[in-house]
Amino acid sequence: MKAIIIDDEELARSIVKEYLSAWPSIKVVQECNDGFEGIKAIQQHRPDLIFLDIQMPKINGFEMLELIEQPPAVIFTTAFEEYAIKAFESHAVDYLLKPFSKERFDKALQKWQQQNPQQRTAETQKLLDAAGLTPAQNNRVVVKDNAKIKIIPTAQIRYLEAADDYVKIHTTDGCFLKNKTMGYFEETLDEQNFIRIHRSYIINIQLISRIDPYEKDSHLAVLSIGVKLPVSKSGYAKLKQVLGI
Amino acid sequence: MIQPVTTASKFRISFLSWWMVWIFVQWLVISSYGFDSTISITDSFVCNILLAGACLLITNNMKFYLPQKERYWYILITSVVISAIWLFAVKSILHIFFKNDPGYTVFLERSLYIRFVIGFLMTGCMAIIGLLWYTLREQQAADKRKEEAEQMTKDAELSKLRQQLQPHFLFNSLNSISALAGSQPEKARHMIQQLSDFLRGTLKRDNHQHVSLEEELHHLGLYLDIEKVRFGRRLQTEIMVSGNASMLRLPSLLLQPVVENAIKFGLYDTTEMVMIRIEAGIADKDLFITVTNPFDEATSVSTQGTGFGLVSIRRRLYLLFARNDLLVTEKKDNRFITHIRIPQYLYESNHH
Repeated sequence: MKAIIIDDEELARSIVKEYLSAWPSIKVVQECNDGFEGIKAIQQHRPDLIFLDIQMPKINGFEMLELIEQPPAVIFTTAFEEYAIKAFESHAVDYLLKPFSKERFDKALQKWQQQNPQQRTAETQKLLDAAGLTPAQNNRVVVKDNAKIKIIPTAQIRYLEAADDYVKIHTTDGCFLKNKTMGYFEETLDEQNFIRIHRSYIINIQLISRIDPYEKDSHLAVLSIGVKLPVSKSGYAKLKQVLGI
Repeated sequence: MIQPVTTASKFRISFLSWWMVWIFVQWLVISSYGFDSTISITDSFVCNILLAGACLLITNNMKFYLPQKERYWYILITSVVISAIWLFAVKSILHIFFKNDPGYTVFLERSLYIRFVIGFLMTGCMAIIGLLWYTLREQQAADKRKEEAEQMTKDAELSKLRQQLQPHFLFNSLNSISALAGSQPEKARHMIQQLSDFLRGTLKRDNHQHVSLEEELHHLGLYLDIEKVRFGRRLQTEIMVSGNASMLRLPSLLLQPVVENAIKFGLYDTTEMVMIRIEAGIADKDLFITVTNPFDEATSVSTQGTGFGLVSIRRRLYLLFARNDLLVTEKKDNRFITHIRIPQYLYESNHH
């Protein structure tokens, strides 16, 4: 069994290593200082289990996990993230509150051994969606651009477009794909600035220059960058409400 | 900040009615001397409208300048001067209108003394009303600030542990101690000592509200030592104090939250080594402190509007010094700089 420890504090990693020494079947293949190293290490080693801190430089633990296609089993380690703890409590994903005891640590590992991997992956996914709603994350979107990781402040988003299993994010810096649903973004983005105007489109309302009627019951939103996007009947109702027209 | 008395609607109504009554009274009085209505009405209007203008001038002037001492002398002199100017204006204008009426010219000359007395009384009254108004307002503003400062102290006491000692910091430090306890028990013991000293220092500061920079930096040092155990070589600090700045005074526990903010900001915004620079110096007799940390313009949204923790510090400074410009932040070349200025006048009288 392979494990990776991702935490920006060396002492915090050392205590996980120390507790793991009682589990000879698990080998720590790498320790990582931050989420960027974490992603590389996971792709390289394909570990069975990762220990993941939440508050880390640049991208946090949740954002890192989102960028991994088939995430391994995760045990979160965290000190005091009120919002995160709430998310954990409502999803069956194990977490260790720092400082944690050897007993508590062993219990988490036993639970991991007994879990059904598929169910665990589903629960982790739900947790990540819940974490996206938290104040620490809802003002930015983290995406992978080839091998690079890009942090997009939401103010730079022009509009989002549904693209099969992905969402295409059009920004001032180009387009990026993210493996999420339109519903996820509709829920997490600030609703004063982002409106789902159509089944396939969410737009940044700051960029609307005008709204033209188009066929029966539908409209076209013209953005200041020249793009025209269809507005459905219900989308138009939402727009009217937010723009106060 | 203080509203001038002339903007209060009650004042406007009574002011207007007051002058209408006077215009009427003066018209009657002058008619009773046998002048026709053109003369009496013109005289009354010119006199009273100019006088009303003089009164407004006096109160509005007080908005911009009100002496702290000798306020009554100031009122007396302004009233005399303004009345004299008013009288001169009235006389000149009425003279132009009715210079061909010898009866009225004589009347005007003879009534100058009584007119001056009336003008002086009116402007004097108005000045006193203005003085009372502004004194009252100032008093109210001062009371409000004092009340808020007291409330703030109370709140601060209640939420002190929460504010000064971020739970995050506390639990992570305990986790580091837990890790050290297994491998390096001596170091663990040392860190427990540091943490205790820091906690004790924070709790003790309740009673004396102001400390010297030297004391504050000592307390800050305890905090930084603990953070350095946690983050190891990633966290570097540099403290520079020039001249006699370390003897100057500042509100206690002011610097640590600012530095904590800088560390959090710096460490979570970059994966590299982080250098936190703290500089202190004296300028214009005041204490100047700057705290500099690196940050990444492109991703700083992560830390929610650059320096959320600074809001309460700015508020505290406002309540103590009634100034909003004592904490200023600036972003330059991927550095985030917090400038703090601590006026020293509070400490001059009870300096030891």
